[in-house]
Amino acid sequence: MRWMSVIGLRLRSLLLRNKVEQELDEEMRYHLEREIEEAIAAGMSPQNARYAAMRSIRDIEQRKEECRDVRGLNPFDKTLQDLSYAVRQLQRNPVFACTAIFVLALGISVAVSIFGFVDAALIRPLPYADQGRLVAAFESSPGTPRSWLSYLDFEDWKKLNKVFASIDAYALNGSFTLSTSTGAEQVPGTRVSAGFFRTLGIQPAFGRDFRTGEDSAGASQTVILSYRAWQERFAGKRDVLGRTLILNGIPAIVIGVLPANFQFAPYGGAEFWTTLRGTDSCEQHRDCHNLIAIARLNDGLSIETASQNMRLVAEQLQRQYPGTNRFFGSANLVPLRDFIVGDVRSVLLMLFSGAGLLLLMACVNVATLLLARSDKRRREIAVRGAMGASSSRLFHQFATEGFVLATAGCILGLALAQAGIRLLTNLIPPEKMESMPFMRGLGLNAWTVAFACGLSLLAGIAFSFIPVARASLGTMTEGLKEGDRGSAGTTWRRFGSGLVVTEIALAMVLMVSAGLLGKSLYQLLHLNVGFKPDQLVYFQTSWAPGRYQTDKQTALLGRQMVDRISSLPGVTSVGLATAPPIDSAWGTASFHIAGQPNHGENNEVINRRVSAGYLRTLQAKLWKGRYFSDVEDTSKPPVVIINTTLAKKFFPGQDPIGRQIYYDWSPQSLMQVIGVVDDIKEGPLEDPNWPALYVPCNQAPLAWPAVLVRTSQPVQWASSKIIAAIHGIDAFITVSAGVSMTERINLSPTAYLHRSAAWLVGAFACAALLLGVVGLYGVVAYSVGQRTREIGVRMALGAERGAVYQLVLGEAGRLTAIGVVLGAIGSVGAATLFQTMLFGVRSWDPQTLLGVAVLLGIAALLASYTPARRATLVNPVEALRAE
Amino acid sequence: MSKPTDLVQGTLDLLILKTIALEPMHGWAIAQRIRHTSGDVLQVGQGALYPALHKLEQNGWIQSEWAISETNRRAKYYKLTRAGRKAMESEASQWERLSAAISLIVRTV
Repeated sequence: MRWMSVIGLRLRSLLLRNKVEQELDEEMRYHLEREIEEAIAAGMSPQNARYAAMRSIRDIEQRKEECRDVRGLNPFDKTLQDLSYAVRQLQRNPVFACTAIFVLALGISVAVSIFGFVDAALIRPLPYADQGRLVAAFESSPGTPRSWLSYLDFEDWKKLNKVFASIDAYALNGSFTLSTSTGAEQVPGTRVSAGFFRTLGIQPAFGRDFRTGEDSAGASQTVILSYRAWQERFAGKRDVLGRTLILNGIPAIVIGVLPANFQFAPYGGAEFWTTLRGTDSCEQHRDCHNLIAIARLNDGLSIETASQNMRLVAEQLQRQYPGTNRFFGSANLVPLRDFIVGDVRSVLLMLFSGAGLLLLMACVNVATLLLARSDKRRREIAVRGAMGASSSRLFHQFATEGFVLATAGCILGLALAQAGIRLLTNLIPPEKMESMPFMRGLGLNAWTVAFACGLSLLAGIAFSFIPVARASLGTMTEGLKEGDRGSAGTTWRRFGSGLVVTEIALAMVLMVSAGLLGKSLYQLLHLNVGFKPDQLVYFQTSWAPGRYQTDKQTALLGRQMVDRISSLPGVTSVGLATAPPIDSAWGTASFHIAGQPNHGENNEVINRRVSAGYLRTLQAKLWKGRYFSDVEDTSKPPVVIINTTLAKKFFPGQDPIGRQIYYDWSPQSLMQVIGVVDDIKEGPLEDPNWPALYVPCNQAPLAWPAVLVRTSQPVQWASSKIIAAIHGIDAFITVSAGVSMTERINLSPTAYLHRSAAWLVGAFACAALLLGVVGLYGVVAYSVGQRTREIGVRMALGAERGAVYQLVLGEAGRLTAIGVVLGAIGSVGAATLFQTMLFGVRSWDPQTLLGVAVLLGIAALLASYTPARRATLVNPVEALRAE
Repeated sequence: MSKPTDLVQGTLDLLILKTIALEPMHGWAIAQRIRHTSGDVLQVGQGALYPALHKLEQNGWIQSEWAISETNRRAKYYKLTRAGRKAMESEASQWERLSAAISLIVRTV
């Protein structure tokens, strides 16, 4: 009851302000009139009575104020007053207001945009049921902590583990050959164990999931479509269920369609999902690793406990199968999010830190502006203080101004961030987007808006304190003195200089980071890859398994391809290989040198079957010996070419030519080394070169070859001719669109990651340079303005222009130098933090540090030149008179 | 004129509550009544009275309404609420205890 009436009263005070005011007035007047009457009745003359009453009027106003205070009107009123005053202040200084708001908005928008990505990739849960319990499971060997799982090991893990509610796996080959009426098409898709979608907690949009046992060898083949495949390939018709498709030459019945929002980043673009059946040739060998397992931990079990249990399982299998599992005695569980987000995490965190620094710079910049302004307002503040404004009232006023700025910056920043996120997501090429489905359709959401509001709140608080700190630096009476340029001026300069030094240091950190990343990218793109990528076009062929059954048929097909393509106009040479250079899928084999004791070491090297003309097509440099010749076929003794890394590692100080080596799996396969080529970059760009051996495909059959063509024609034009030529041999061979190797290097995941990082941090650095220069300019210009009289006196006393230049530029130079030194220390520290992002460059690269320091120095000189010039133009007489 | 600080903390509230416990009154009348009843010892000026009245109203202890006064003019009358009566009783007993204790000391020492 009482609370209700209290709330009612408060609301009344707030909403019926005029009425409450009027009543207050009337109540006081009534009292006053009764006093007058009383006084008259007591014998005072009416005039005197009125005078006495009039004298107490001031008192009455104070009482009314107290009554308002009690009624809780005042804080509200004062805030409104402060708000309108703050807005008026900003309107009076549009240049200051616009600069401050824009700089702040820039900082906030950059931070919020990057936070949008951080939120999507690292904070927001993956779209799976209870995703925190999902892990990716790998086998683990001493050299490779995350090795793929072999099918037979996976089957045993399923039976032996005690820690997973379920464990399922998907295969690493990401496509199928889909037979159509006119030929064949390579379609994205993969094979999974039957419970895969159940483990993720995903149900088909319609149709059904794979049933348990549908992944056994005997079950009939079924396929689940992605929503996109259903829409685009089957026009979204429901009668797709029950249709039979020919995938990899095997009929498969469509049983379901996945939900539209389903995503699985490792195979973002997968359209066809069939079951693992253990019938694949790889899946019958325990040492052929082609799966990644996804498992759901039992409730309440930590990932550490589960890892321990799985390591025991792996050890048990190692004891049981010493031959195949010799190097895989351990297991590795990784939270699914970590596995899926992968490399992007470090880039995002680096960008986020960069954005944070930029925001900090923006805030420091605005703080400098505020500081300069509060210095100009010293007299105003002093006057208001003298008129009786309490310090809390003044603080209230400054806080309101700070928050008005921060709020305006926040709103504009959010608008810019929305545009920024759009722009950034549009910059991600579609094929990269497929592996980062969590970044699709990003925009502002509750989290990002809350983040922006939090940032502006902090900024607002910081801005509120600057003028207050400033006000307490100088006493009020000092502020009142006309033309005072005393101690407060020096304190200001000290505080302002601190801010400028901070800004320059931050700019230095961002610029050095950008420089290092840019240099890394350059190193990466100009890496010696061991072949000439220009005008070299790569095609991937594939066909349904079993279409070419015998080795002879496969070898014949290879020869035909080479012949047909070579005869095309503009084609210089053609080569076939198991995989193109700069590939992430590594075909490896273990070998031994004939005549040396075999202690069962695992000499794992890259193993490529190539056509006779392959190395010549790549223009790989022959170091020793000779290339393959076309006549070397099964009728001739087996030969092999090795790379220099292999030669140096396994034949140190010896001539490998003429030596014999054999694969571990067949000691009879003696091959003679006939040549050594310079290392060709077979793996990812940033990885060190591995030992590699090349064997001719005329001696070891090569299915689904990568075709590399050196042509003098434009890639696009040559591509269509080459694809047509292959289809001329067999329409049921699928061929990927031709990609030039230059493009492949540029688009490789590593280059892409480095390029995005370099460009974005580069953009941050440009903004940082701009902010730093503007901040320095502001401070120097202000300081010159303040010292006009001093300069006037100096010139009146005979100071030369040069001396004045020296005075102003000297101060700017000193600040810049301190900033650069601090920044250099900071940037070495920062670069150490993102060491993994650097390639071929050290975190303390002197060239970059020096370059950035010189650049910043020049920029600082330019920024302070204009104010310095203005200082030299000071007319001593006027300067002295004006003060 | 006595200021609130001249009175023992919180006594003015008690005086006001006690005064309007008999009948609703406007501010001026409350001041007069306190003065008369105390034999001109306690003089409550408007400086202390009105902020106190508004505070008591905000507390929900008294209610106000406009009515025609004895001089035929509109005046704001305050009356006690139920919560106010309870508050008055507890404040009164508090005062009794306090004043008794103070008298004890004043007499004996």
